[in-house]
Amino acid sequence: MNSTPLKIEVKNLNFYYGDVHALKDINLSVYEKRVTAIIGPSGCGKTTLLRCFNRMHDLYPGNRYEGEIILHPEEVNIVSKEVDPIMIRMRIGMVFQKPNPFPKSIYENVAYGLKLKGIKKKSVLDEKVEQALKGAALWEEVKDRLNENAYSLSGGQQQRLCIARAIAPEPEVLLFDEPTSALDPISTAKIEDLIVELKNRLTILIVTHNMQQAGRISDYTAFMYMGKLVEYGPTEKIFTKPDEKLTEDYITGRFG
Amino acid sequence: MGNERHLRRVILRRKFVNILMLTLSTLTAMYGLVWLFWILGDILLNGFKFISLQLFLNDPTPPGIEGGGLRHAFVGHFIITSLGALIGVPIGIGTGIFFAEYGRHSRIVKGFRNVTDVLVSFPSIVVGTFVYALMVKPLGHFSAVSGSVSLALLMIPVIAITTDEILKLVPNSLREAGYALGAHRWQVIKDISISAAKRGILTGVILGIARISGETAPLLFTSFNNNFFSTDITKPMASLTVTIFQYAMGPYEEWHRQAWAASLILTFGTLFFFITAKAVVHGMRRSG
Repeated sequence: MNSTPLKIEVKNLNFYYGDVHALKDINLSVYEKRVTAIIGPSGCGKTTLLRCFNRMHDLYPGNRYEGEIILHPEEVNIVSKEVDPIMIRMRIGMVFQKPNPFPKSIYENVAYGLKLKGIKKKSVLDEKVEQALKGAALWEEVKDRLNENAYSLSGGQQQRLCIARAIAPEPEVLLFDEPTSALDPISTAKIEDLIVELKNRLTILIVTHNMQQAGRISDYTAFMYMGKLVEYGPTEKIFTKPDEKLTEDYITGRFG
Repeated sequence: MGNERHLRRVILRRKFVNILMLTLSTLTAMYGLVWLFWILGDILLNGFKFISLQLFLNDPTPPGIEGGGLRHAFVGHFIITSLGALIGVPIGIGTGIFFAEYGRHSRIVKGFRNVTDVLVSFPSIVVGTFVYALMVKPLGHFSAVSGSVSLALLMIPVIAITTDEILKLVPNSLREAGYALGAHRWQVIKDISISAAKRGILTGVILGIARISGETAPLLFTSFNNNFFSTDITKPMASLTVTIFQYAMGPYEEWHRQAWAASLILTFGTLFFFITAKAVVHGMRRSG
């Protein structure tokens, strides 16, 4: 499609919740330091696909992957049984639909992923926590209250804290699962600016049911329907002259 | 017009039902409270006048000789209960964690959990006879430690079920956030689930200790009784409850007085422990 290096390649991916065939033959290329949006109506499998990238489905019994998700540059197959999901999750972070800070202090929330990586030195932790909070555009608001409980923050601030928590261990890829669906428009705008800012540093995959959002912030858009990837390409093309009739119908609001 | 009269009648009937139900529920609440305060008042009135310093400092004297106390039973009760809690609390919490965190999707564990639910209201005398067969009979004599074991067995289900219930209230999205950062299962349990549920777990521990601190039946077959001061947990040991039982049934006036005093101290001691512990747990909420 262009000369931007590949970060993740999904090849013939199938996914099953027990007997339910939730993802069907997905093929998708995710480019490095770009924002890729996954859109589609409710139940189309977009969140299911996103949760394959960090093996979240492994937490529940009866789930099964088939096919490959290749993570570059080492070309490891993320969904292979031989690959330790913990290793993957340390390299691919995630921000969830609802803000879900830990019931700990603001500082402890951001430091948790760093501690998991084995960083113990207070000065290093302090510095990285500050960097992460700055990266999540939250530092100015919380720098004097780092030891306060994270629940004292507003919903939008909590979500930015969750982003800080996710970027603190410096992942290569960040997955966003409808990160603004529980937020007001002003908080949403802040998060969107943040995502655009973050792509200078890492690769971003975002699931959204908000098409305008996909249009505003993504470089590539994938449209899914009924567990299949219908169309994938540069956002501009998907939104202006899609190849598929189904994509056009969805984009123009004829269904979904 | 007729419609309005009908409406008025409907409203009147609803008001009547409202008052009736409110009265009934108040009365049922009063019923419970009346007995509670009657018992507390009775113990207070009868017990308070017999409380003296020598009760705490002296050991029993032969009937008819003045100046005896219940030091042996106070100390014994404290030892047996503390040891019981020492055994029961970790096992209870561990069991609850296992149910909620590891056994969430297993049908066998669900079965175990249901059995534990039944054990919460298990007759304590049966637990006593069970430990009698398990420890007292093979060892050949009663011992304080067998009393502690039977108390531990009684508190384990209480703590396990409360821990399980509380951990299930921790939103799964918090666990997922931990896993998504690359945490292992035990790290998620320790740093996130338990950390979020610690106040509830402590409440379960308090409930468990309150449950055992007034038990008599399981001790009758295990720690039995001892008229002498003892701190040897391999030997029979006095407890307040068994001593109250023995003294209240005994023929001496002096015993009856001491039984009243001991009842007062046991009841209000447990009450005091309960209120203090609750206040401490409550205070943790503010500091986060």
